[in-house]
Amino acid sequence: MLCEKCGKKAASVHVTKIINGHKTELYLCDACAREKGGELSFEGKFPLHQFFSELMSFVPPGDSEAVAPTGYSGLQCTECGLTYTQFGQIGRFGCDQCYTVFDKNLAPLLRRLHGNQKHMGKIPARAGSFVRIKKEVERLREELQRKVAEEAFEEAAELRDKIRKLEGKLPFRGDNHE
Amino acid sequence: MSEKEKFASSNPKDRNKPLEEIYKESMEEDQLQQERRVEIASKWMEGSGPDADIVISSRIRLARNVRKLPFPPLASDEQREKVFMLAEKVMENQGDANMRLQLLSISSLPQIFRQVLVEKHLISPLLAKESRFSALMLRDDEVISIMVNEEDHFRIQCLLPGLQLEKAWQEASRYDDFLESQVDYAFHEEKGYLTACPTNVGTGLRASVMLHLPALVITQQINRILAAVNQVGLAVRGLYGEGTEITGNLLQISNQITLGQSEEEIWHNLYSVTRQLINQEKNAREHLLNEGREKLADRAGRAFGLLKYSRLIDSNEAMQLISDVRLGVDLGLITNVPVKVLNELLVLTRPGCLQYLKGRTLTAYERDLERAVQIQKYLP
Repeated sequence: MLCEKCGKKAASVHVTKIINGHKTELYLCDACAREKGGELSFEGKFPLHQFFSELMSFVPPGDSEAVAPTGYSGLQCTECGLTYTQFGQIGRFGCDQCYTVFDKNLAPLLRRLHGNQKHMGKIPARAGSFVRIKKEVERLREELQRKVAEEAFEEAAELRDKIRKLEGKLPFRGDNHE
Repeated sequence: MSEKEKFASSNPKDRNKPLEEIYKESMEEDQLQQERRVEIASKWMEGSGPDADIVISSRIRLARNVRKLPFPPLASDEQREKVFMLAEKVMENQGDANMRLQLLSISSLPQIFRQVLVEKHLISPLLAKESRFSALMLRDDEVISIMVNEEDHFRIQCLLPGLQLEKAWQEASRYDDFLESQVDYAFHEEKGYLTACPTNVGTGLRASVMLHLPALVITQQINRILAAVNQVGLAVRGLYGEGTEITGNLLQISNQITLGQSEEEIWHNLYSVTRQLINQEKNAREHLLNEGREKLADRAGRAFGLLKYSRLIDSNEAMQLISDVRLGVDLGLITNVPVKVLNELLVLTRPGCLQYLKGRTLTAYERDLERAVQIQKYLP
């Protein structure tokens, strides 16, 4: 069958419209169908974000910290006001704070999307300055352990002083986010 | 028939105008078109860089957001304006002359020109549509472009010709450092750079290459190979990204994972897969040459003839023929066509560019006519 619009190419798309019980049918080729696309929207885009909410509401057995799906839908970001239901609809977070508010149930989603949940890349100079120091402290601590095991006490003492100095630059210990 | 008579007879409603006037108008139109054609050309279309016979361009994109401000999809006009003003502030504090960007407010650009920017891969269709306080920060050579108020507050892109992922990453990262010196980023120790969509969180990095793989298509190996590419966590798309089909044997390959790997790991993974694809494509080309050099030369020559002398040509046909000619050029079977011309034609023959060149909106039929005119003018 030829396209009913251009009459040149073979029709590959079949459109049925029913408006007020009146049915019209149209056979179009790819090109004409795409042209009519604005009106008919053929591009069946895969709604990835609809999976997000499904994945987030999965509570791993034995994880008491994750919020159960039923209680979760009411959760709302204190900063931008995004609700969990809205997130499921648009598949986008509202602000940086959302990552903290929805954190407990974000893990399974991130694992499914990335196979990972810990950032291993670049650390920004300003926003990440504390993170840099913390990472350096971690590294020095490991070295300190090694030196102690090797009974190189003089070097170990030097390392301990370095660690103290760096820790002094941190605003507080442990979590350095607001 | 002289040039002016030809022009007069092709415009029946202009029949009563004096020929001199019509001739003058057509000269002016030609000059305007030439200027616009130069405007459409971009650094990434140069056909230079490593492995440019197979890799048309390399791209690195970094998604970055401002701390404590809602991401653009949920932001109010006021909040979007804050981000816009931040971009203006960044513009004022540009030090290094070689890094200089200019700021284009999207709302100030005509719709057709926005589409031209999309077709040149400098902005996304989303940014072209969303004009509330959105902007483009663009370097003169168009290698660096930063979208403001797209899905994320800032999206830094570096686009280079050929296979240059490492350089693209270094350049993008340099602009990232510069931006961070002025803007408070939303960054989380565990989750990295925070983005509107959880598919970008972590590094916020998308690396992609645009490849021309005609021999793998002709030898029917492409599907098997693309399946393998998918299995190593890379996405395959058409020329214009998500949801576009693969035409003209051109495809885009990009990473999907952004969290849990370093930036180097991500682009290097793409780099090594690209290297393998280059080798496979080269083997397939070799095989085709051995099997029938004349057949390939004939295919390329016919494609050139059709491009040069057709009067009505749709986008898909043009893309396929450009691909055939390109393969001929790559293999030395056609010698008078610079690759740069073929790359520019890929963009020049898109609907937005054709309408920009013509200075008005065109129907699909008019575009097919204009496409043929432009190709004819531009091919040597």
